[in-house]
Amino acid sequence: MTALAQGLPQGSENTVLAVPGMHCAGCISKIERGLTGVAGIEAARVNLSARQVTILHDTRLKPRDLVVELERIGFEAEPRKGALARSPSAVRPLLAPLAVASFACMNVMLLSVSVWSGAEGSTRSLFHWISALIGVPAIAYAGMPFFKSAWGALRRGRTNMDVPISIGVTIATVLSFYETVVGGRDAWFDGALMLLAFLLAGRVLDAMMRDRARSGVDALLGHAPQGAMVVGADGTLEWRKAEELAPGMVMRVAAGERLAADGEIVTGGSRFDQALLTGESAPVAGAPGDRVLAGTLNLDAPVDVRVGAAGQDTTLAEIARLMEAAAQDRSHYVRIADRAARAYAPAAHTLAALTFLGWMIAGAGWYHALVVAVSVLIITCPCALGLAVPVAQVVASGALMRAGIMVKDGSALERMARVDRALLDKTGTLTLGRPVPDPAAIAALPADAAAVALSLASHSRHPISRALAMALAGQGHRAVSLEAVEERPGEGVFALWQGRRVALRRPEGASGIAVTLDIAGDPTRLIAFADRLRPDAAEALARLDRLGVEASILSGDHIASVAQVARETGLLAQAEAGPEDKQEAIARLQGAGRNVLMAGDGLNDGPALARADASIAPGSASDVGLQAADLVFVQDSLLALPRAVSAARATMRVVKQNFILAIGYNLLAVPLAMAGLVTPMIAAIAMSASSLVVIANSLRLARAAR
Amino acid sequence: MNGLALLMPVALGLGLLGLAAFFWSLRHGQFEDLDGAANRILIDDEEGEENG
Repeated sequence: MTALAQGLPQGSENTVLAVPGMHCAGCISKIERGLTGVAGIEAARVNLSARQVTILHDTRLKPRDLVVELERIGFEAEPRKGALARSPSAVRPLLAPLAVASFACMNVMLLSVSVWSGAEGSTRSLFHWISALIGVPAIAYAGMPFFKSAWGALRRGRTNMDVPISIGVTIATVLSFYETVVGGRDAWFDGALMLLAFLLAGRVLDAMMRDRARSGVDALLGHAPQGAMVVGADGTLEWRKAEELAPGMVMRVAAGERLAADGEIVTGGSRFDQALLTGESAPVAGAPGDRVLAGTLNLDAPVDVRVGAAGQDTTLAEIARLMEAAAQDRSHYVRIADRAARAYAPAAHTLAALTFLGWMIAGAGWYHALVVAVSVLIITCPCALGLAVPVAQVVASGALMRAGIMVKDGSALERMARVDRALLDKTGTLTLGRPVPDPAAIAALPADAAAVALSLASHSRHPISRALAMALAGQGHRAVSLEAVEERPGEGVFALWQGRRVALRRPEGASGIAVTLDIAGDPTRLIAFADRLRPDAAEALARLDRLGVEASILSGDHIASVAQVARETGLLAQAEAGPEDKQEAIARLQGAGRNVLMAGDGLNDGPALARADASIAPGSASDVGLQAADLVFVQDSLLALPRAVSAARATMRVVKQNFILAIGYNLLAVPLAMAGLVTPMIAAIAMSASSLVVIANSLRLARAAR
Repeated sequence: MNGLALLMPVALGLGLLGLAAFFWSLRHGQFEDLDGAANRILIDDEEGEENG
């Protein structure tokens, strides 16, 4: 580690940039070597897991300069929101308790084996004392996550899985300590520690899954602080963050940029893509005097916009308010593990109490009765039950992640499994949400014309050019070298190719989105662009249907374009639905007893995604959509939907089997424990055996995402 | 018994050593970038410059 980890030298500062595009050793060395060669940069350290690079640099270099440097090296980078913000990991606070519990468990188990194999008298007493010395502090430390959560639940008059665990562990520890002091025969430190170690392992797995999914989603989120170039009174340009924009300021929005605030066009004219905001697929033309909305994408030419409303008054803020209300509604969902604990804990505790009473009535001393009752408590302690849910969910979400679907938390799979109705947004969900060149027009291009078009398109960052370049490169075309390349904003890209004038430009008076390819001497070619259905849409919908999930379209777009997609897919559709209408449609279905899956991507889908029983968004979705959805799929194919539903159902099947296996073991062991026949050894063997069975059963889910 | 008196502290000490090493690495960021660590081994350092 270099100076990055230590105190900062004078005049330097650390900046963290998100670099979503790096994925291998080559990228690490390219970035680190490239950056350290730049004047003013003292050190650079890549964190590949977080897709971040931490740069120690001169304070005179601004984050935007660093972004430019990275672009020169060949990577797209964005400053992280909130300076050095690192999303807190759920795993880290659990690692230390897990390590302590495992260490103590192994050592105590070693001593216990000696006791079981016949150590007597002072040797046994010594071993018990050492066990207590290791066990008591270890249990106090490693049990903290459970004690805290159990206490929190009890204080609010509720119960969860952690309550029976805490009670069992505490009573076992106290009794074992008493046994140790009086020189008794059995101590249960090993059992209590093993229980904690197994359960913590389950929690760590659960947290790892959430961390992985979150960092995946994090990489998709736009990290750039939203903002705009503001034109000063004297014509100077200055970058301002979205929060600093005030009504009356004039911002210059380049083609391909999103607007940071609502406003009115002052100069220039362009077309705006409002798909993320309203679901409308056709671009809307804007001329001086027209109102434009924050979050829309400027397609054609740079425009100057006078800020009208900023902050709380924008359309965006209204959508955020709707979402907050919707998310509160859903927080009432109770996870299956806690539902099981609600039924299970009273039963286990009643059994223990009955055992105590039974032995008292049968004439055993209160001490003997208590020991037997405690062994019942330990044997019913839901070790395998604690693993039943997390292990299954971790394996399933691992399988889903390999299939390109990220599950943001375990309860999402539980809710997803119950879905029987799907509402699909049109733009960006059923369709790709971006203009794609007409395949027929691409196929009709002669090879040299295609190569020229690819080279021209690769010189522009305009969304249409990039889509064209991607499509042509995907067909195996190679770029040719051009001279005198010039991009004229609002017009197109112009160049010379083998002495001939070539251009990729905006067609005159064409309806919809299109480009024309001019090659001097050849006829002009028109390439039409349209938003197309996602690949495999038909098969995905058919599979959803087979799963018993009835699907329909819920779109904010105009009736005509929704009708076309509805015809192509054969689905019923509701068009021109605003964010409130979408929420209402979901509430209506929920009121009729359906469990609704919402698939959507836009800002306008945010409230609906938060309201639905389960929700899924494509990776290309707006930040709001990505954050509101339970699942995010990164591939283009729509097959992600049926895959996620069937994997969720398979997971719940396995979870239920796990419960049966875990409870089945208890049914066998409890009568033995009540009869007073269970020794710490039998408890240890039974506990680990049932946990292994549950884990093995869960591993069958590794192929769930088919 | 004499053997035990020696072996037990040794066993416990070794275990504790492992635990301490784990805590040390947890504190010193060894688990911060597992993917990066796996990939860095593939970087050629032949140009003679010192890396991180």
